[in-house]
Amino acid sequence: MEKIAVMRSYVLVHLAKDLRIEWRSKDALNSMLFFALLVVVLFSLAFDPTAYVSRQISGGILCVATLFASVTALNQAWTREIRHQVLDAQRLAPAPPSSLFLAKVIANFLFVSGVQILLAPVFAIFYNLHPAGQGWMLAVVMPLGTWALVVNGTFFAAISLRARNREMLLPLLLFPIFIPALLGMVEASSAILIGDADPGLWIRLLAGYDVIFTTLGLLLFDKVLHAE
Amino acid sequence: MRIFRWGWLALCLGLLGYGFYQAMYVAPTEATMGDIQRIFYYHVPSWCGMAVFFAVNLGASITYLATRRSHPLLALNSDALALAGAEVGVVFCTVGLITGSLWARPVWGIWWTWDERLTSTLILWLIYISYLLLRGFAAGPQMRTLAAVLAIFGYADVPIVYFSTRWWRTQHPAPVFFGGPNSGLDPSMLPAMLWNIAAWLAWGVWVASLRYGIERRKQRAEQNAALRALESTLEVAP
Repeated sequence: MEKIAVMRSYVLVHLAKDLRIEWRSKDALNSMLFFALLVVVLFSLAFDPTAYVSRQISGGILCVATLFASVTALNQAWTREIRHQVLDAQRLAPAPPSSLFLAKVIANFLFVSGVQILLAPVFAIFYNLHPAGQGWMLAVVMPLGTWALVVNGTFFAAISLRARNREMLLPLLLFPIFIPALLGMVEASSAILIGDADPGLWIRLLAGYDVIFTTLGLLLFDKVLHAE
Repeated sequence: MRIFRWGWLALCLGLLGYGFYQAMYVAPTEATMGDIQRIFYYHVPSWCGMAVFFAVNLGASITYLATRRSHPLLALNSDALALAGAEVGVVFCTVGLITGSLWARPVWGIWWTWDERLTSTLILWLIYISYLLLRGFAAGPQMRTLAAVLAIFGYADVPIVYFSTRWWRTQHPAPVFFGGPNSGLDPSMLPAMLWNIAAWLAWGVWVASLRYGIERRKQRAEQNAALRALESTLEVAP
């Protein structure tokens, strides 16, 4: 019990720091928002979908736009820690490494979710959307999918930090492992928007994916941080 | 050691030859598909090889992570084994995908389809390619740890990939082995299958042992270079 309280205080400190930095610079939010907007516009122009088609493909486009946009921000999440040797200080600190990881994941989750919330109305206007199924279920599917994306993205960004061409390596590691979650996210949101199928199975898949990879990330982050 | 290696190669070639003879001349021609079905004797052994060598990669990666502080030599050995396992596994996976494609063209009329098993194997292939890419992008002990962690992540993804694509769609013929009451191979085809599985696994072990040996030499060369660099900086008393 005490351990959890200690862990929580460390997580809160890390989280407050990340949120404060983001609040002052707004780097991640601005770049993600603009990038996602660009992807939405580009897809709309490239495919010029009719109302029915756009309802079918919009779930996929929203997910892919989020995926591409979050990669730009996830790369920055750890690069920020390299300046002034902050990461070396983190390595020396007595705080458990998993608290650093968890705080980063929560911070990135809030940023990406914020972008999705801001983007949703624009998206609905551009693609003429009004969900045929139960729209409120999107509020379950999107956070689950975003968590899957962010938990793996933050972990792999920490891995690619040590490599040459780190900016290039992150998508190469993240995308293959993220495919099943992307499939779950796209299928569930399409099922909700079209309203002809039950997204329950896909929501369970996403939840399982989240649990497995959050656990793995928390257990193995220690090895990544002290990789020398 | 060298004699053992060449002996193993001879055994391998013998098995491959006998497997070829069994598959091409002894096994009966399939009733509906005809001779094209014989590619099955190479398709299935590839998946067996892939499964074995990806499991070797996972086991060696876990061993590396567990022993990298306490037994550095064992850790280096298992890292070399993990690399060999991943590379040979990817080769088997590629062969499996290509033979499947060659079979699908005349039988299904298409080279590729986004079906459950095809998609999940393709994703598996992508995951292990990204593992090999990471090994190329980073260097030294850091890279070994990171690669071992990624191997665990990749392997944990395999069942999820399988189930997600299964719910997505299905076209591949139901599993021939353990696939229900009406599945199962005609007993007259079984020897060809088993001989080929044995032969290709033996071949995989031979190639993996070569790759392992090369990686160990590379590690030793790196260590020697590091040691020489360290020694050259020492002041030598006159």
